[in-house]
Amino acid sequence: MTEKCEITLTINGCAHTIRVDPRRTLVDAIRDDCGQTGTHIGCEHGVCGACTVLLDGEPVRSCLMFAVQAEDRQIRTVEGLANGDELHPLQQAFIDHHGLQCGFCTPGFLMLAAGVLERDPNISDDDLLDLLASNLCRCTGYQNIIKAVRAAATQMGAR
Amino acid sequence: MKPAPFRYHAPKSIEEAVKTLGEVASEDGRVLAGGQSLVPIMAFRLARPAHLVDINGVEALRRLAVEDDRLCIGACVRHAVFHKPVVDGPLGNLLSTVVRHIGHYPIRTRGTFCGSIAHADPASEWCLLATALGAEMVAQSTRGTRTIPARDFFRGIMTTALDEDELLTQVRLPLLPADARFGFYEFSRRAGDFALGMALVTFLVHDGNVSDPRIAVGGIEAQPRRIAQAEQAIAGRAPDRAAFAAAAEAVTKAVDPLEDAITSAEYRRDLAGTVTRRALERAMA
Repeated sequence: MTEKCEITLTINGCAHTIRVDPRRTLVDAIRDDCGQTGTHIGCEHGVCGACTVLLDGEPVRSCLMFAVQAEDRQIRTVEGLANGDELHPLQQAFIDHHGLQCGFCTPGFLMLAAGVLERDPNISDDDLLDLLASNLCRCTGYQNIIKAVRAAATQMGAR
Repeated sequence: MKPAPFRYHAPKSIEEAVKTLGEVASEDGRVLAGGQSLVPIMAFRLARPAHLVDINGVEALRRLAVEDDRLCIGACVRHAVFHKPVVDGPLGNLLSTVVRHIGHYPIRTRGTFCGSIAHADPASEWCLLATALGAEMVAQSTRGTRTIPARDFFRGIMTTALDEDELLTQVRLPLLPADARFGFYEFSRRAGDFALGMALVTFLVHDGNVSDPRIAVGGIEAQPRRIAQAEQAIAGRAPDRAAFAAAAEAVTKAVDPLEDAITSAEYRRDLAGTVTRRALERAMA
């Protein structure tokens, strides 16, 4: 089957039936075949984390998976964070704490943090730093990203 | 870059996976498990496999169980599982200590234990652990199943005893005795980066003296290795600074370090001694 495969990706609860080559990475399929361009592509080899999405609730690098591998899985992207007009606590915290500069790395950081904080908002400072070391911000705005995620964690834990 | 085209196979059983691999191995067919090493290599076009046999749909390979005093880790068991101890006793704690050094969290949610073993990067933490503990690798092909001890498995940089049509179906780790001590120390330039050098040690302390020491280093030579001279230097002695220094000295004398553009062999030789000493200190901390 180097020929195209028909698959259905479920992104933020919506089914997208697409035809892709097996070599199509998940991030390319999310953006180009499903039109969900909030997820960004950075290095394309798993180092930068810009393409981080949640696969069945766990953060993964979507450039290191093929789209055909994500069939029957729940994919969540940055478009799925807000509840209507109400921003996710992480999105609001990034605004409040100036966690965005150019914004390129932001969707990846949001999904990385969402995947872990929604399960464990009481994460320790050390573990949070270790987690946030997963992704790169080329504006080097790390301190404000850490502040934003810490603040969101506190708010999410209090809910 | 984008990976080159390949034919995709998604077997549902071990038998089907092994059969497919047997058919495509000679046409540069590869096994795809977590993909956290293979897919970047494909993106760089350093590898252009014509076939990928994706084993993620094989439920039997997700098995993680204790059998005959061994922890059996199936080919699709992911790194992240080990964050919390998977077995009582020192082995579970050792695994959860070491796993934090493997890449970053989103890599650990996909990458697999057995994938690291089959990939055999010199800087792989799991390859070091398998060597130190004396793991057994179970390889299956249409020709049958065989068990390969760790000392015979790693053959050089990204080179193993696996034949091209063999699937590494599981790795078996011997459980550590309840009173075993362990220490792990890794040095890398950035969190989550490849190890420049690391050491893993286990031993018992009986009547105030070290017994059954295992001292192995990784990232230093082409493959991880137990250093017998260092184990002899510490066996039967009190676990004190002098003994640890003697073991570290024995390691620096015994290793034949890798050299690359930014790290000299001399540097790695010194580092081998330092990580050994620190791993020993952690075992007593």
